[in-house]
Amino acid sequence: MSKQAVLTGIIVEETTVFTLGELSRACGKPAEWILALVEEGVIEPVGGDQSHWQFRGHCLRRVRIVQRLESDLGLNLAGAALALELLEEVEALRNRIAVLEQ
Amino acid sequence: MGLKRDASQDDIKRAHRKLARKYHPDVSKEPDAEAKFKEASEAYEVLKDPEKRAAYDRLGPNLKAGQEFHPPPNWDSGFEFRGGGFTGAGVFSDFFEELFGRRDYGAHATYSAQFNAPGQDHHAKVLVDLEDAFHGATRSINLQSPELDKHGQMRVTHHTLKVKIPKGIKEGQQIRLKGQGSPGMGQGVKGDLYLEIHFNPHPIYRVEGRDLHMQLPVAPWEVALGATVKTPTPDGRVDLKIPAGANSGSKLRLKGRGIPGKPTGDIYVTLSVVAPPADSKQAKALYKEMASMLAFNPRANMGV
Repeated sequence: MSKQAVLTGIIVEETTVFTLGELSRACGKPAEWILALVEEGVIEPVGGDQSHWQFRGHCLRRVRIVQRLESDLGLNLAGAALALELLEEVEALRNRIAVLEQ
Repeated sequence: MGLKRDASQDDIKRAHRKLARKYHPDVSKEPDAEAKFKEASEAYEVLKDPEKRAAYDRLGPNLKAGQEFHPPPNWDSGFEFRGGGFTGAGVFSDFFEELFGRRDYGAHATYSAQFNAPGQDHHAKVLVDLEDAFHGATRSINLQSPELDKHGQMRVTHHTLKVKIPKGIKEGQQIRLKGQGSPGMGQGVKGDLYLEIHFNPHPIYRVEGRDLHMQLPVAPWEVALGATVKTPTPDGRVDLKIPAGANSGSKLRLKGRGIPGKPTGDIYVTLSVVAPPADSKQAKALYKEMASMLAFNPRANMGV
């Protein structure tokens, strides 16, 4: 059996940043769609004007969830953004309950 | 989808919308939500199209009366998605494909040679053990992904990657593997693969960020008099000092014993007092002595 090379990746952390182009490539959507997400307040860029925008690592997860809600459940952007916020709240509450019920 | 065979198209649509919302993997926390969501999507794919539905209905003699459409659930974590949502992966189970033929993607497979573009990024969910976050580990990860074969048809291919799980990884974090996505077109670079990390449920610990929570059973005298007891951590046993006068539900913190990182997490230990069984003459005598010597009413603040 041939020895397989071990792949080492990097953790996408709070300190990891994506440019607009990288984020749009990471989810296979046009940059305009990412801009609409920024407009909606789903993700917040840092770093001045649009050409220097950077997005923190956790944005990727939020963007992916909105993307799936849109394409799988037919939600519009505002609906998906609301669902995302509620889902995050539910997740935090579920975690608290799990800890308390232990 | 729990529908009768004579359900109308509207009934089918409504049932599908309901199930999709209920079992969408981002929404539902049921362990088999992905499989159920996929099942409902497959069933809907069949039933929304009158032609396909007719084909399905012709299967009738092979099915018992009232039997529902159950595609074999061959779905689990470890499925790679490109771009789209859970339904956008373009892959259905073999059963589905046998029934209705493979989707033909041939039309999209002709790109001109001059066209350069980076390959698509892929995403997959991976389950690892909590211990891997403490020590780091190398794990073999099985991934299925839809690929176009040389006839331009979608097929599920399986491949295994050996991946380093870095020490200090948290639930929900992503690992980016450069160049493990789709090949680029022309001179374009390969896309990346993002692995979203989730922990297998652990028998002892519950994870919250980098902190762990656990219950530690203790004897009544250990909380009453104070004691130093052994407690497990993912890094091995440690001594935990229980202050005198602690009780069931008291919470103690083991600073810096959680998932390593900046800052390293803590372990929160909740004490749970266990009464020793009165299974011997001596034990019974001790309990009787306590009952007569201690004026103790655990229900005092209930007014009874």
